[in-house]
Amino acid sequence: MSTSTTAVAPGTFRYQFVEFWGYFSASRGALVGLIFIATILVVALLAPWVAPHDPALQNREAFLVPPVWHAEGTWRYILGTDAVGRDILSRLIYGARYSLFISAMVVLLSMVIGIFLGLLAGYFRGWLETLITRAMDVVLAFPSLLLALGLVAVLSPGLTSAMIAIAVVQLPYFVRLTRAAVMSEKDREYVIASRLAGAGHTRLMFNTLLPNCMAPLIVQATLSFSTAILDIAALGFLGMGVQPPTPEWGAMLANAREFMGSAYWAVTFPGLVILLTVLMINLMGDGLRDALDPKMKRS
Amino acid sequence: MQSQERQQNSAPRDDAVIHAVNLTRHYHVRTGPFSPPAVVKALNEASFDLYPGQTLAVVGESGCGKSTLARVLTMIEPPTSGQLTINGQRVELKEGQRPPRELRREVQIIFQNPYGSLNPRKTVAAMLEEPLKLNRSDVSAEQRRQKALEMIEKVGLRPEHADRYPHMFSGGQRQRIAIARALMLNPKILVLDEPVSALDLSIQAQVLNLLSDLQDEFGLAYVFISHDLSVVQRIADDVIVMYFGQPVETGPASEVFTRPRHPYTQALFSATPVADPNRRKERVKLKGEPPSPLNPPPGCPFAPRCFMATEECTHGDPPLEAVTPRVKVACIHVEKEGAI
Ligand SMILES: Nc1ncnc2c1ncn2[C@@H]1O[C@H](COP(=O)(O)OP(=O)(O)O)[C@@H](O)[C@H]1O
Ligand code: SF4
Ligand SMILES: [Mg+2]
Repeated sequence: MSTSTTAVAPGTFRYQFVEFWGYFSASRGALVGLIFIATILVVALLAPWVAPHDPALQNREAFLVPPVWHAEGTWRYILGTDAVGRDILSRLIYGARYSLFISAMVVLLSMVIGIFLGLLAGYFRGWLETLITRAMDVVLAFPSLLLALGLVAVLSPGLTSAMIAIAVVQLPYFVRLTRAAVMSEKDREYVIASRLAGAGHTRLMFNTLLPNCMAPLIVQATLSFSTAILDIAALGFLGMGVQPPTPEWGAMLANAREFMGSAYWAVTFPGLVILLTVLMINLMGDGLRDALDPKMKRS
Repeated sequence: MQSQERQQNSAPRDDAVIHAVNLTRHYHVRTGPFSPPAVVKALNEASFDLYPGQTLAVVGESGCGKSTLARVLTMIEPPTSGQLTINGQRVELKEGQRPPRELRREVQIIFQNPYGSLNPRKTVAAMLEEPLKLNRSDVSAEQRRQKALEMIEKVGLRPEHADRYPHMFSGGQRQRIAIARALMLNPKILVLDEPVSALDLSIQAQVLNLLSDLQDEFGLAYVFISHDLSVVQRIADDVIVMYFGQPVETGPASEVFTRPRHPYTQALFSATPVADPNRRKERVKLKGEPPSPLNPPPGCPFAPRCFMATEECTHGDPPLEAVTPRVKVACIHVEKEGAI
């Protein structure tokens, strides 16, 4: 452990954070991921001040202008413009707001409900478990995008519907992981000891079992985050998600597909941003899992 | 810890902390997808009394039902039949039910596996404080911490261990932590399910010494489960020898250990190195494996492995009968002795 921790009293929240940070920052990948995501977040928050243009403004004199390093490029549009003359950089900056916010909400929603259902199924077993697992099997039986499309169609197209639909599609993974983890931990001696000490069902589920089941869930959350970004994009492309002219990354990517050959930048930059974000989130997830696992700590 | 001579009569004294009569536990297991569930008689008709400050040793090979007895005694599972009285109070428990508060304070368990019995996500202090938090609302947070620290020292650990996680400790230290946690509510009874079997020999001795000290200090009653007679010999007041789910010999340790009567007990003893050079050197080999609980042999379950077995032994399961005022044996070829 680093020397900075010795000054803080053990047992306090601050101590736990300092300790957590020590392990988290020891992983270079996790740190890079965190810095990247933090930067994107800050830029997204400050979008009106950092973006050079209005993301919805169409410039009829500048359709598909290439990025600045091309001969025809101009500093006015650093990453070029799209087919209707909107600045790609500005749209990416504003798009970060939508992509990150939507995905975060989707993952949060899916994870909270999924963990709850998984805990119930794994802990109580019996008819409740049958009901929950069957329901999840039904969700998994459909191709995920098809199901999401169907749900959005039922709920009326729009951002909220898209978020709910994608959360539902992600739900089975959280439920299954939680249930499996709970079932493998449930009969361990430490759980029995807690029960004998007087812990009730709620305490056993949320205080004793859940912290010991979190590691795979954190990794799943990062995977779901990336899937959510892509699914939202797909829904947007099909006209069922984010409505134009909202500059959502996936929608930008989808809308520019036909110019792949002639104007690569309209496709490449949104794709690159999605790819990098997904990668960085996964790096961060690995670091998070290791830092939260006491078994990885050195004494 | 050797017993002060107890009264010769077998009537239960009214200060018994555990009064167990014919405790039985059966499991229903599925042997295949289409076959009807079979019954495993994991524990059959175990009866005994346990008194404050005393140690009851339960010995027998692996799979003979020792842990099942431990789970029934600690109210993790209810008995299929039989009566359990703890501290004068009859235990009426349904499947899957938590034991009532006033009873779970009295009995605590130490598990065999020190690596599974501690929550990997909780610090030592948090684990020790949990029983107080859940049962003693009169104890403040500072007092809880104080009590946890006192207990940590009592079991031979240091105060700075309080805020560490279980993975930082060795097996022996973990078992000390488990003991500390069990003692937080001042129980009267500790059920120790092979508490030192997973530890190195030198560590075993240290933990056994700690248990002896704690027993003297708190007047604890121990149910000490072990498959290893050499561990049990040092500390037992009374003994139950179990085979195939049932007690085959019971009595005071001083009698059972000096003169084992049941052929199974004799076989167990000859497999254990003993310090006493005067003991008769005849060797009884324990051959083969215990029978499958799904397919019990007819008559005495020990018959297939017994060196004294005769044809008669396969006719019926011999009942546990007194052969001396205080020793009971389940074997048709062991004669009653002495004046009764
Ligand atoms: N939950 C259970 N379900 C079915 N059979 C069990 C269960 N627990 C124990 N048994 C069976 O009961 C017998 C006694 O087991 P146990 O009490 O663990 O023995 P020991 O602790 O002496 O090794 C074994 O045959 C075991 O397979
Ligand atoms: S009854 Fe027969 S088989 Fe059983 S222990 Fe006695 S002599 Fe052996
Ligand atoms: Mg056992």
